[in-house]
Amino acid sequence: MPTDIRRPAVATPSGSGPLPGRTDRLRSGRPVRGRRNPLPALVLLLFAVFFVLPVLWLLLAATKTDDQLVHDNPLSFGSLHALHANWTALTGYQDDAIFMWLRNSAVYSFLALVITLCVAVPAGYALAMTEFRGRRTLLVATLVVMLMPNATLVVPLFLEVNAVHLIGSMWSIVLPYAFYPFGVYLTYIYFSTALPGELLDAARLDGCSEFGVFRRVALPLAAPVVALVGFFSFVANWTNYYLPYVMLPQSDQFPVQVGLGTLLDSVPQFNPTASTLQVERPELALATLLAIVPVLVVFLFSQRFLVAGMLAGATKN
Amino acid sequence: MTAQPTEAGRAPVRSSRTLWPGRAGHGFVAAYTVLLIAFGVIPTGYAVYFAFTDGGGTFSGLSNFSTAVDDFRFTPAIEHVALYLLWWLVSLVVFVVGLALLLHRLALSGVSRALRFLYYVPGALAGAASVMVWLFVLDPSVSPVAFLLRAFGYHTFGEVIAPGHLPILFTLIAFWTGAGGWIVVMYGALNNISQDVLEAARIDGAGAWQTAWRIQIPLLRKWIVYMVILAFAGGTQLFVEPQLLSQASVGVAGRDYSLNQLAYDFAFQNNDVNTAAAVSVELLVVGLVVAGVFVARSGFFDAD
Repeated sequence: MPTDIRRPAVATPSGSGPLPGRTDRLRSGRPVRGRRNPLPALVLLLFAVFFVLPVLWLLLAATKTDDQLVHDNPLSFGSLHALHANWTALTGYQDDAIFMWLRNSAVYSFLALVITLCVAVPAGYALAMTEFRGRRTLLVATLVVMLMPNATLVVPLFLEVNAVHLIGSMWSIVLPYAFYPFGVYLTYIYFSTALPGELLDAARLDGCSEFGVFRRVALPLAAPVVALVGFFSFVANWTNYYLPYVMLPQSDQFPVQVGLGTLLDSVPQFNPTASTLQVERPELALATLLAIVPVLVVFLFSQRFLVAGMLAGATKN
Repeated sequence: MTAQPTEAGRAPVRSSRTLWPGRAGHGFVAAYTVLLIAFGVIPTGYAVYFAFTDGGGTFSGLSNFSTAVDDFRFTPAIEHVALYLLWWLVSLVVFVVGLALLLHRLALSGVSRALRFLYYVPGALAGAASVMVWLFVLDPSVSPVAFLLRAFGYHTFGEVIAPGHLPILFTLIAFWTGAGGWIVVMYGALNNISQDVLEAARIDGAGAWQTAWRIQIPLLRKWIVYMVILAFAGGTQLFVEPQLLSQASVGVAGRDYSLNQLAYDFAFQNNDVNTAAAVSVELLVVGLVVAGVFVARSGFFDAD
């Protein structure tokens, strides 16, 4: 069954293997068929609605009162006044708790990001560009841990952290966050494909120390992979729920993800036993929006990062 | 310090590694190795230790494992996760590959690009945020698709989140946040397929279906396997979705739904860290085996 939606030959905005020159040949070589099959377009559109509708609804929900949320059209705009009222109510919850949670999230994610970069970039460099005893073991261990979901180790980590009495310390999540094998792997791939060894050899001949070679030659060329690792690390840490949920018992230490859970507990429609401090549903929607803003901003600039990172496994060779 | 001479016949990447001095290499990986041991190896060892000992620290064989298995919540939790995995993996493979193929055939590259971006935006809501959104979407009183829910005969939130629906609901949430990224990836992989191959197929008279079925999908196989492995490993670790759902339904739906929740409850509700560790060890073994087999067999990560 021929479909008439022709592929665009050079549709490679995401940066993988463009094939210039082919387009015209393909296009002109085929006769234009009569009617297009509408089914593919319909399917694509349907999924677009599926993916976008909830986000759109969330944006609009923050501008409504709870009453409007129930009775108005789900995709109508409420009012700026209601938005302001939701904002006031939300920020009033436990004296600016939402800002505290956002700040916590920022501190944890940022600290972990800095440590991750300081640790992962040299490690990936050494795995790619130097030979040392245990290199292969370290590489395989990195791959295996990288493919394991991070929730696997949460309860074991709790047992360990509990044994050294660090439960409740922010380091109990920052340090596990900072252990980021995927970042090491990405750096490894980057250096082994993008950095010619001759460059390093030349620097060595000029009398550079091993650290000097890394510092003066490799690092200045590593900007793309630093951005890539930074992106993935930040998003993974910002959206993590399980680890802080287990490690940080105090409400004033929660990152915003866990804070959302607390807010959820105070929404009477979801928890009829919610007592004194009640949160209206639009306030919860607003809090959810605030919680995702940083990741959303990072996302807007990073579609290509995602592809590059996910395709990294195949770009070797 | 002299550089190693380049050996003929080896890949350029390999030949560029200095074989000496090894000590510098150790210096570069030292900090990472410390973290790997502290947050990868030690917790694993610790979990194993707890799983095979009792509260007093004496060896107890498999008794913690049998305590876990005998618990009335254990078998249902496995069934829940298995059912969820089935739905999640099937929908992921079918729709991600299908949508990537459709996007790839789309003549208007601007539209294709915009659609990919739209598909992938919900990824920003990973974690608790996605559950919040779907609690609303699944509540007929406020949902933007309330008409659909009513058409299926569900008029209250409680009816929508009936226990039998949960595997599909969690699949919806996971698909909503996760599929977009994979679609972008598959699209990228499709772009890497040589035009010559596709053109040859076309000349041989292959239609869209045949090209997709006999050429593109087989060439995507490696990526599909990669996606399935990661999604499988991630899916076994289900936690935040059922946990928040159980909060939102006052424990009616989603409580002790997954194995991770069970481990959590053993540790923090029953104060039985040994049984919790046993459940964790089981999950660890699944994760390790899956990852290990994939690293060893797929050829994806040819470490050398």
